[in-house]
Amino acid sequence: MRELLQSLRIALQALGAYTLFFVRLLKEVPRTLLRFGLVIEQIHNSGALSLVIIMLSGLFVGMVLGLQGFDLLQRFGSEESLGSAAALGLLKELGPVVTALLFAGRAGTALASELGLMRATDQLAAMEMMAVDPVRRVVMPRFLGGVLSMPLLAAIFSMIGIYGAQLVGVQLMGVDAGQFWSQMRSAVEFGDVMEGIVKSCVFGVTCSLIAVYEGYHSVPTAEGVGAATTRTVVISSVVVLLLDYMLTAVML
Amino acid sequence: MRQTRTIELGTGLFVLLGFSALFFLVTQITNREFGLGEAGYRLHASFEQVGGLKPGAPVSMSGVTIGHVEKIEYDFSEYKARVTMRIDSGYDRIPEDSDAGIFTAGLLGGQYIGIGPGGSETFLADGGQIQFTQSAIVLENLISKFLFSKAAEKQGDQPAEANKP
Repeated sequence: MRELLQSLRIALQALGAYTLFFVRLLKEVPRTLLRFGLVIEQIHNSGALSLVIIMLSGLFVGMVLGLQGFDLLQRFGSEESLGSAAALGLLKELGPVVTALLFAGRAGTALASELGLMRATDQLAAMEMMAVDPVRRVVMPRFLGGVLSMPLLAAIFSMIGIYGAQLVGVQLMGVDAGQFWSQMRSAVEFGDVMEGIVKSCVFGVTCSLIAVYEGYHSVPTAEGVGAATTRTVVISSVVVLLLDYMLTAVML
Repeated sequence: MRQTRTIELGTGLFVLLGFSALFFLVTQITNREFGLGEAGYRLHASFEQVGGLKPGAPVSMSGVTIGHVEKIEYDFSEYKARVTMRIDSGYDRIPEDSDAGIFTAGLLGGQYIGIGPGGSETFLADGGQIQFTQSAIVLENLISKFLFSKAAEKQGDQPAEANKP
C-alpha cells in the first residue's frame, strides 16, 4: 500500500515536471521563431534525415495494406473499395501513428542522447556559466524542429503509402485503376485528412517534448544517457498509442 | 559554409516534399474541390425526398459535372427539402423550365443531382428556382411496393386460376 502510494506520487511528480517543462518551452516559442536558422538546422536533423526511413516504411505499409485489404475485400466481392479502405486507414491511423513511432526511434533517440551527452560533458553547465540559457539556445530549436517536421513526415508517409497500396492493388492484383481512385475520392472527406493532420501535430509535440525532456534531465553519466534514450522510446510509444485512442474517440 | 548549404538544401527538399504531400492529400484524395473565391452562381430546388444526398454531391447534366450541392435544409413553408446548388459560372445557360432529379451512381454509389434541360429561351440566373423536381428513389419503398404488388397479383390470380377447368 505504501509502495503503491509512493509510485503514484512519483508518477504525479513526473507529470507535473513534464507540464512545467512544457510551459517553459511554450514561453520561449516566439523568441525562438526569431532565430529561425537554428530551427532549420534541427528540421534538417529530425525531419530531412528521417525521410528515407519514413518513405521506405510508408511504401511497405501501403503495400501490405493493399495486399491484406485486397484479400479481405475480395471475400465480400468489393475489391474496388480497396482505394478508399487503404486511403482512410493510412490517413487517419497508420500515417500519424507509425510515423510517430518511427520518429521516436529515429529522431527522438538522437535528440535525447545528444542532449544527454551535452549534460554529461558539462556543455549545458558551461552555457549557463556564459549566461546563455541552454533551454533557449539548445532545447527549443530541437523541440520546434521536431514539432514542425512531424506533420510533414506523416503526410509524406500517407502519400507514399497510398501509392504503395495502388502499386499492389492495381498493378499486381488487377483492381481497376479508375475504380481505385474514384472510390477513394468519393469516400475520403476533407475532415479525414484534417484528423490525420491534427493527430500528427499532437504526436509531434508529444514525441519532441519527451525526447528533449528526457535528454535534458538525464543523469550525467554514460549509463544515464543510455537510460534516457531508452525511456524516450518507451514513453513516446506508449503515450502515442494512448493519445491515439483518445484522439480517435474524440474526433470520430 | 559548404555544410550549411547542404543542410539548407536537404531541409528545403524535405519541406517542399512535405507540403506537396499535404497538398496532394487535400486536393487529390478528397472529394472537395477548391475554387478560387466564390465563383459560379446558386440555384435552388425543392424535393419531396432527398434520400442520401449530401452537401458536396455533384450536380450534373448528361453526366457532366457542372456544380455541387452546397446545402440541404428543411423548408417548413413548403414542407419539402430545399437544396441549394452552386453551379460553375461556365454553365450559365440552363433553361428555366429544366427539371432536376436525384439519382444514384451505380448500385452502391453516392447520390447526385441530374438536371435535364428544358426548351425555354430564358435561362436561370443566380438564386433561380428549378420548378420541376423528381425525388430520390428510396430503395426500401421500391422493394416494399414491389412486394405488395406481387402479393396483390397473387391474390388477384387465384380466383382466375380457380375458374380454369
